[in-house]
Amino acid sequence: MSDDLFKLNIDGQEVEVPRSYTLMQACEEAGAEIPRFCYHERLSVAGNCRMCLVQWHGAPKPIASCAQTVGDMRMNPDGTPPNISTKGDYVEKARNGVMEFLLINHPLDCPICDQGGECDLQDQAVAYGRADSRYELNKRAVEDKNMGPLVKTIMTRCIQCTRCVRFAAEVAGVEELGMISRGESAEITTYLEESLTSELSGNVIDLCPVGALTSKPYAYNARPWELRKTESVDIMDAMGANIRVDAKGDAVMRIMPVINEEVNEEWLSDKSRFIWDGLARQRLDKPYVRKDGKLTPVNWGEAFEAAKGALSVAPEKIGFVAGDLIEVEQAKAALDLARALGVQNTDCRPAGANYGKSGVREHYLLNPTLLGVEEADALLLIGTNPRLEAAVWNARIRKAWLWNDLKVGVIGEAVDLTYDYEHLGDSPDALKGLFNKDSAIAEALRNAERPMVIVGESALAREDGDAILAAAHDYALEIQAIKDDWAGFGVLHTAAGRVGALDTGFVPGEGGADTAAMLSGDMETLVLLGVDEADLSKTSSATMIYVGSHGDAGASKADIILPSAAYTEMVATYVNTEGRVQMTRRAVQPKGEAREGWAIFRALSDVVGKTLPYDSADALREVLREANPIFAGLGYAPGHEGADALKAKISVSSDGVSKAPFTAAIGDFYMTNPIARASKTMAECSLQKQGLETAVAAE
Amino acid sequence: MALRRFDLEAGGDSFAFKPETEPTIAFWLGKYPEDKKRSAVIPLLWLAQKDNAGWLSEPAMREVADRLEMPYIRVYEVATFYTMFRLQPVGKHHIQLCGTTPCMLRGANDLKEVCAKKIGKPMHVTDDGRLSWEEVECLGACVNAPMVQINDYYYEDLTPETFEEVLSKLQNGADVKPGPFVDRLNSAPEGGATSLLEADLFDGSRNAIASLPNLPGAAPDQPAPDAAALPKETPPTNTKRENGKTTLIEDSKPTPKPEDKPEIIEVADGEEDDLKRIKGIGPVNEKALNELGIFKFSQIAAWTPANVDWVEDFMSFPGRIEREDWIAQAKTLAEGAETEFSKRVDAGEVESSKDEGEA
Repeated sequence: MSDDLFKLNIDGQEVEVPRSYTLMQACEEAGAEIPRFCYHERLSVAGNCRMCLVQWHGAPKPIASCAQTVGDMRMNPDGTPPNISTKGDYVEKARNGVMEFLLINHPLDCPICDQGGECDLQDQAVAYGRADSRYELNKRAVEDKNMGPLVKTIMTRCIQCTRCVRFAAEVAGVEELGMISRGESAEITTYLEESLTSELSGNVIDLCPVGALTSKPYAYNARPWELRKTESVDIMDAMGANIRVDAKGDAVMRIMPVINEEVNEEWLSDKSRFIWDGLARQRLDKPYVRKDGKLTPVNWGEAFEAAKGALSVAPEKIGFVAGDLIEVEQAKAALDLARALGVQNTDCRPAGANYGKSGVREHYLLNPTLLGVEEADALLLIGTNPRLEAAVWNARIRKAWLWNDLKVGVIGEAVDLTYDYEHLGDSPDALKGLFNKDSAIAEALRNAERPMVIVGESALAREDGDAILAAAHDYALEIQAIKDDWAGFGVLHTAAGRVGALDTGFVPGEGGADTAAMLSGDMETLVLLGVDEADLSKTSSATMIYVGSHGDAGASKADIILPSAAYTEMVATYVNTEGRVQMTRRAVQPKGEAREGWAIFRALSDVVGKTLPYDSADALREVLREANPIFAGLGYAPGHEGADALKAKISVSSDGVSKAPFTAAIGDFYMTNPIARASKTMAECSLQKQGLETAVAAE
Repeated sequence: MALRRFDLEAGGDSFAFKPETEPTIAFWLGKYPEDKKRSAVIPLLWLAQKDNAGWLSEPAMREVADRLEMPYIRVYEVATFYTMFRLQPVGKHHIQLCGTTPCMLRGANDLKEVCAKKIGKPMHVTDDGRLSWEEVECLGACVNAPMVQINDYYYEDLTPETFEEVLSKLQNGADVKPGPFVDRLNSAPEGGATSLLEADLFDGSRNAIASLPNLPGAAPDQPAPDAAALPKETPPTNTKRENGKTTLIEDSKPTPKPEDKPEIIEVADGEEDDLKRIKGIGPVNEKALNELGIFKFSQIAAWTPANVDWVEDFMSFPGRIEREDWIAQAKTLAEGAETEFSKRVDAGEVESSKDEGEA
């Protein structure tokens, strides 16, 4: 509608923008670049840095463009659109003045500042700063604050933009940061310097326009211009957040988020961001074979020979189990090898889970998509704690709750999710009669245009998992969550490799055993693809071949270890919980003699005489695409296209849901996989979360 | 401004409001809707400070936060922003010494020296726990500079000597009356008033305002409006609306007939009475009456109600003659007696009754 648009004359160029735009957005529309410190697209407007001043001809003073809504502006007296200048002496002088004030108290310590080279203040000082300072008094100094093991503070550098305060309060939903005192004594701090409890705290490092909040683990490790930057995909949770892996030499130095509006916006959870030191520790860098009860390093040939021996038993006695972090290529190669050997005992799901067997992909995807929660008007979470299982998505749920008035109901543990919700019960039993229940959230779901019913993956890994899935789906059908343009039912996974492995068909074949059966001690040979979270206590009689990158639970029990590359060391396909196919890129070389997972199985297949029909990763992906065309659609989530498949009821084999309460899928957010357990930073976080003194905090 | 931090040690780990404070808390909470109760944070912090011997401890702040269901950091921000919330223990008598320019020019620095001598450093509490002090910005009593605030009261016009005496008395447990410490009332001039001494400044006679307007039952005592300056017809303010038609209420009254014009007489110069001795008649009204041919009290005293209506209509002030009771006044004066008002006129106290040029 044209009357919703407003005409402006910016630097002599006429632009028409919606009335709700800020002047800064309008200026950007006109191609002008506006410097800023406090303004951030995803946070509320504070208007306190004054760097974004522009000239509005006719106004008595420069205008802070971030805080001026276009719709509030008036026309020139002659009725022509308001004239704005974003350049020129007037604007220049105003911004120079602001910059000079900012620099009065900002230390000149860029040479020892980790922000150096990627500092907003530094960059803008080049454009607007004076060559020298006219200030002759003492600069102010501010005590550094303790914000936990992740965020390093050098508060003297702070310019009080309050981005971090607004992030904590608005996005992360933990009101723990604030600006205390006033005037010259104003400082940013947590309450009595307690650590941040958010799973998203690392984002304040990116938000900080200066070097006041920097990464503690990364401190003094590298300069931005020395780093090789590789865009990749995170595998710490099933969201598949887009990341940039910054590496120096053969070491990953840090991990940063990459904007992907549909997945992680521009946030990253602390686990995804600070995992990188785990990539250098506890690594399996050469093959091992257990000799006389002791794991001995061997060469690949010897390891393969040992593996060949282990795989020469009857196929019914061989089991292939896939873990949480495995990439699609490895799963496919392992599965092909298993089938070539006549092995039907293959499974990628946690013990006890039975989902995904129907072959209907929509039954294990997050069909409404991560972005979809912003369109939803009511959300039911069943047996899942998104704050821990998909921390960045939880921030999006909070955003929808905050701005779109999303109503949330929870069946499962009543934990602090950073938004209000109605707790409907601890056990799946609460689903019974929910449709007719007299409660606010039941009514909201009933009347919702776009309701969302989300089942946690862990809720399905129990005896009544099938029944829970069916009951939740039934409920979704009852509230008409499945429409032609809306598929309001889905599963939130906790493991990055799960959906991809399911998409390759890594489930028990004809008459094959599932994970629980394979790990119950019946197998003679077990091939573990990065299996570290499963209970391996009953498998000691089996010969175990472990393929993985880290020496963790699985490797310690293994008889043969075949070292594979970690996610930052290979080009690999992962499918996130929405069914979005994404690829990692190689940022560094695999450690030592480690090889990509698929190549290990390809080589092994040659040794056992069942050579797999692909010689390169590309050839393998070609096979993958032929087997399942979804792998051809990179970066794409099917979303409501799966609605048709969800319209039919899910048939249940077991009887009804039990009254057993849901248990937490993730006990310790910082310790969910072998890479995290190898990370010192994650260990610090874990200790601090438990209220224990950590080495870093004690500094 | 020094760094403001909680004294965690002195704050202990618990705080409770005094039972007698609860009604006040309820009063403040009652001012805001339930979901906006955090608006009461400043009053509650203030009450907590009062209940905690004059300073805000960390547990007290937390108690306020809990009551208002606010995150601690949000209350912490408020408590540290306002310097009226003290985060360190203070003495029984906490002195806030104004050091802003007017007080400084009038000797606040000397008072600071007294504090330093008698108490010590700012925010230091004397060993007997009685005194502490800090410098604050303007307390808004610059006319009485230099001044200090001790707990809730202002002590003004201090000299180092008087201030030291105040401190000594407080230290000895004696009460000291607040207010100025020189011979003056509040901020009035020292030794009594030096200007604006005329009595008629204060009796209202200068403006002939004897009472405030619009008080119930009070008769307005204003000088008659200048007839020449007035519009010819009074704008219709007293109107009633009926059937969408506006009618002047005055219209309902029959227009006075010409024969109701009061009787006029010819009076020789010097023979006329001073009509201004009637309350309600000023020089302007007198002139108008004279032009009508009314010069004597006896004429007014003899007015019939019809005459009154006619005159009121002529002079465009309906109801005023009756309200001000001109006729009774005129009767009294015609008999040679005096009224309260005429006495004042005769004494020359009523400005508006003096002849033009005289004032």
